[in-house]
Amino acid sequence: MHPAFSVIAFTVSSGAGFGLYMLLVMAHVFGFLTMERGTIITATILAMVLIIAGLLSSTQHLANPKNAWRAFFRFRTSWLSREGVFAVLFFPFAMLYLLGVFLSDTGSIGFFTKLMGLFGVMLAFATLFSQGMIYGCLKTIKQWNTPLTPTNYILLAFATGALLFNLLLAMNGHESLGMMGGITLGLIFIAMIAKGIYYFWIRTPSSSSINTATGFARGKVRLLDVGHTAGTFLTEEFGYKTAKGQLNILKVVVFACGFFIPFLLTTFMVVGASAAVFSALLAFVVAMVGITAERWLFFAEARHVVNLYHGAQRT
Amino acid sequence: MKLGLVVDLDVCVGCHACAVSCKQWNTSGTTGPLTDYAPYDEDPSGVWFNRVRHFEVGDFPNSKTVNMPMSCMHCEQADCVDVCPTGASYKRAEDGIVLIDQDKCMGCNYCSWACPYGARELDRDTGTMKKCTLCVDRIYDESLNEIDRQPSCVITCPAHARHFGDFDDPNSNVSTLVRERGGHQLMPELGYSPTNHYLPPRIMKPQQTAETPRKSLISSVKDWVNQSVAR
Ligand code: SF4
Ligand code: SF4
Repeated sequence: MHPAFSVIAFTVSSGAGFGLYMLLVMAHVFGFLTMERGTIITATILAMVLIIAGLLSSTQHLANPKNAWRAFFRFRTSWLSREGVFAVLFFPFAMLYLLGVFLSDTGSIGFFTKLMGLFGVMLAFATLFSQGMIYGCLKTIKQWNTPLTPTNYILLAFATGALLFNLLLAMNGHESLGMMGGITLGLIFIAMIAKGIYYFWIRTPSSSSINTATGFARGKVRLLDVGHTAGTFLTEEFGYKTAKGQLNILKVVVFACGFFIPFLLTTFMVVGASAAVFSALLAFVVAMVGITAERWLFFAEARHVVNLYHGAQRT
Repeated sequence: MKLGLVVDLDVCVGCHACAVSCKQWNTSGTTGPLTDYAPYDEDPSGVWFNRVRHFEVGDFPNSKTVNMPMSCMHCEQADCVDVCPTGASYKRAEDGIVLIDQDKCMGCNYCSWACPYGARELDRDTGTMKKCTLCVDRIYDESLNEIDRQPSCVITCPAHARHFGDFDDPNSNVSTLVRERGGHQLMPELGYSPTNHYLPPRIMKPQQTAETPRKSLISSVKDWVNQSVAR
């Protein structure tokens, strides 16, 4: 599949935003971190900015954006529609939570604000799940059609959100940094395991082959002529190919930048608190590079069955 | 009704006439135009509803060239319709034809990802998705003669490889053909249950072409003598 930059930017940016929001509100409402009012407000606003930036970037890949408002109307069948509805519903609740925190003078909030915050968490989670299911529900792309797809989207959102949360806590010289650092290490570790399982799993080919695509199961089938003399929509959208070597290099980047280095830097941040801000910043930036590579690979490694009509023997 | 096509792979000669006539009819039809980008340049491209691919099945000398025209299969389980967030894609209850409302489509490409058969193509000019309409603007047109109320590709095919009809009626031309000739669907394992069917080539004795049987000793000697005498 052709990796569209706007979609990659959307999922990476909104993922970090939703992850940050969910961790922040849960930490605040359930009280396992003590934070100042200012930190909470900055973090909530930052999360919303990231999500809005992502949503705006996602409309960039529409060929006919003037009809984008119609995308909310097929909630019943379409995961893309569900994602849009959940993402938009998220905002009023997040705003009410933010307002509640803003009006309190110490950051201790009442039941109503807590409830609004938690509704926001549920909607953020639902959005991330739908985002993964947009890809996960496609039977045409074996590398996506797995529960591992939404799992990865959710886990990576939590991991990147946690790294960002660390950065904000470190900047405010927070004492609960150690606690959040520990949680971050756990989240990065789980996300890494899930991604590893995914990379292992996609190596098995799908059940569709050039034989089932043409209906001739008894002999060898080969493509003689694709029938077109120049590129088509299908070759542009689905015919994306990368050299095997490049894919492997990128996988190293995913594991090194996405998981390994942030893990080490976070450990360093927890232990040697002197350069905490610098470590946290570096960890977040490096992780963003790694997760962008991960998203790029997610597209580049997906092989749509229509390629069977363009010469592929298997997908 | 369940309207669709049967393509006879035994007689299709791969001439692309169906694809061209489809383009000609539909470019001024309900989902037209079928935009061409840079048609007279080095790298022409554009929207087509029907594309013909050519395969070789089996190994020589038991091999056969199979030409496979493909357009929307008007699937019974059309995931392209389910995934569409705007409701632009829909399947008609009365005849099973899958269509795209050009006024609602936002050009997100999602439906084209859901289609296994490459039937949907984005028109970069209008920013909307386009696909085969089964010539919905022609098959119900009562101002046409009965014989002309068929998709353009079916009427055009010089080899009579294409048939149009109702798959719900067990005695229709298409149902009979599928039954008698063992028609099959493409990629049935994905569960889209495509309406269009393909009739496999009839099994023939392989014709000897390049390799000829080994000559006997006597005829080899005769040939050699004849050649020498002629020299
Ligand atoms: S062939 Fe493709 S576009 Fe047509 S109904 Fe089936 S899935 Fe949809
Ligand atoms: S491209 Fe148009 S028809 Fe296809 S899913 Fe998007 S809005 Fe629906």
